[in-house]
Amino acid sequence: MIYDIDYETLPKEAMEAIQLRRLRSTLERAYATVPFYRKQFDAAGVKPLDIQSLKDIKLLPFTTKQDLRDNYPFGMFAVPMDNVVRIHASSGTTGQPTVVGYTARDIDTWSTLMARSLMAGGATRGDIIHNAYGYGLFTGGLGVHYGAEKLGASVIPVSGGNTKRQIIIMRDFGPTILTATPSYALHLTEVAAEMGTDFRELRFKYGIFGAEPWSEKMRDEIQSKLDITAVDIYGLSEVIGPGVAVECHEAQSGLHIFEDHFIPEIIDPETGAVLPPGHTGELVFTSITKEAFPIIRYRTRDITALHPEPCICGRTLVRMDKVSGRTDDMLIIRGVNVFPSQIESVLMDVEGIAPHYQLVVDREGNLDTLTVMVEIGEALFSDEVRRLQHLEQGISQNIKEYLGVTARVKLVEPKVIARSQGKAVRVIDNRER
Amino acid sequence: MDVEQISIFLENQSGRLAEVTGFLSESGVNIRALALADTSDFGILRLIVDDNETASRVLKAKGFTVQRTDVVAVEVPDKPGGLHTILALLHKGGVNVEYMYAFVRQSGDRAVMIFRFEKTREAVRLLGANGVTVIDGNILYGL
Repeated sequence: MIYDIDYETLPKEAMEAIQLRRLRSTLERAYATVPFYRKQFDAAGVKPLDIQSLKDIKLLPFTTKQDLRDNYPFGMFAVPMDNVVRIHASSGTTGQPTVVGYTARDIDTWSTLMARSLMAGGATRGDIIHNAYGYGLFTGGLGVHYGAEKLGASVIPVSGGNTKRQIIIMRDFGPTILTATPSYALHLTEVAAEMGTDFRELRFKYGIFGAEPWSEKMRDEIQSKLDITAVDIYGLSEVIGPGVAVECHEAQSGLHIFEDHFIPEIIDPETGAVLPPGHTGELVFTSITKEAFPIIRYRTRDITALHPEPCICGRTLVRMDKVSGRTDDMLIIRGVNVFPSQIESVLMDVEGIAPHYQLVVDREGNLDTLTVMVEIGEALFSDEVRRLQHLEQGISQNIKEYLGVTARVKLVEPKVIARSQGKAVRVIDNRER
Repeated sequence: MDVEQISIFLENQSGRLAEVTGFLSESGVNIRALALADTSDFGILRLIVDDNETASRVLKAKGFTVQRTDVVAVEVPDKPGGLHTILALLHKGGVNVEYMYAFVRQSGDRAVMIFRFEKTREAVRLLGANGVTVIDGNILYGL
C-alpha cells in the first residue's frame, strides 16, 4: 500500500515542477538566514535567483560534514530557537558531533515520510511495531516512533539494548513489524535461540532495517532466520533522519527517494562533477521543505547509483541502490581500495559463515596488512585442523580474487567480535595516520 | 561400538583451555582422554568424557563451538610392533586415519588408541575381520 498516493506516484514533470518551486524557496531562505550559506554562495558567485531550472543546482557549492562541524552547535539553523522544537545530534564517533534542529512542521514532515516508509516496508495501521532503534539524540528511535504513530500503528518504544527483555516482549506482545539495525536484528535471533525461542514462531511479518550498510546476503539470512520480508531504509540526521528513502516490500530492489522533499544527485567524489543516472558515485542531497535545518548539496559520502525506471509497486520516485560503502569507510590497503561491504559479500558466499566479522588493518614495517576475523559457528566447525585451515585459505583466496588484496583470515570463537547494540564495528585500523 | 568424541574450537589464548576444564569440572564431567591439535592461531580440543550430553550442553551455553564426532577405540597389544600391526593393516585395506591419540587407561593388559577414520564403518569392519578388538563406547567411558 502507498501512504501518500498523490505525491508518491506523481508523473516526472509534475514532480520536477514541485521540486523547482520548493528548491528556489529553500535557497532564498537559506541565503537570507544562514550566514554560512550566504558566504558560500557569494564565494561561488551564485545567487538564489540564478537557479532557473533543476539542472542549475550544479552551480551551487557543496556542503560537507566539516562545514556542519565548523558551525557547531546551532550555526546552520535557519530559524530562531523559539521555533525549534527538537534537537538531534550524530554520535560524534568520527569527530565532533553534528547537531540538527526541527520546527514543528519539520517534525510533521519527517513523521509523514516515516509513515510512508513504514507502509512501503509492509506496515499498516493494524500492525504492532517493535521499535528497537535507539531512542535519544540518534534519529532512528524517535523517527520510527513518530512515523508509526502517524501511520496509526501501535508502537512498542523498546529502544536498543536489554535484549533478553526484548525477546520476552516479542513473545508476549506479538509484534508484527520489527525496526532495528540489521546487525541488531541478527543479534536478537541469537539471544532468542539461547532463550529457547525460535524467531520463526513469533508473529513478525515485515522488518525495516537501516542505519548501517548491509548486503543482499545479510538480507537473505535475516529473512530466513526471522521468516519475514526485510527492506532497507535510508536516512541521515543531516538530511532529516531515517525516511529519506526506503525500499518497497513488493520489489525489494532499490530505495525510493522521497523526491518531493529531497533532491538527490550522484557526483564523482574526486571531481564533484554530476554523473548521469545509473552511474555509481557519491550521493548528494538538497532538502527542499525543511525549515529549521535546510541543507544544500550535502555530500553524504555514501556510494550508490540512481535509477529512474518505474517500479512494480506503482511509485514513480527515483530509486537508489543499497549503499555499497562510504567514501570514508573505504580502506586503502597497499594501494587497493577496499570497502568492508565487499569483504562481507565474499564471506556470505561461504555456506554457514556467521555474519559477524571484523577487519583489522595494521602496518608491519611499511606494509599494510589486513586480517579478517571470522567467527566459526557449528555449521563450519570441523574436528580436523586441515579442514579449518582449508576454510581459512579458501576465504583468503576469494578475497584475493574478488578484491585484489591479500588478507589473512583468522577464525575466532563465536561472540569474540563485540556485538554492538547499535552500529556494528566492522573495521579496526591500527595504522598511524 | 560407537565412541563419541567432543571437539571444541579454541583460540590460542592463555587460560582458554583451563576455562574448558573448569566448566567441565563444575558440572561433574570426567575427562577420560584428551588431545589438542593446534596451529599458530587456533586449536581443536578433542575430548572423550563420561557424559557427552552434559559436556556439550555446558560448553555450548558458555559460547564455545562444539561438535560431536564418531571415533573408534581400538585395543592395541602393549608390546613392540603392537601399533604398527594395526596401522599396516589399515594401510593395506586402504583406510585413511585422520588422526589418533592414546587413551589414558588400559583395557586389561592392552593399550587403547582413539582413531578418527575417514570412513568409520569400513575401518571397523576391517579391524573386526582381522581379530582386532574395538571397544564399545559404554565400556570405554567406564574404563
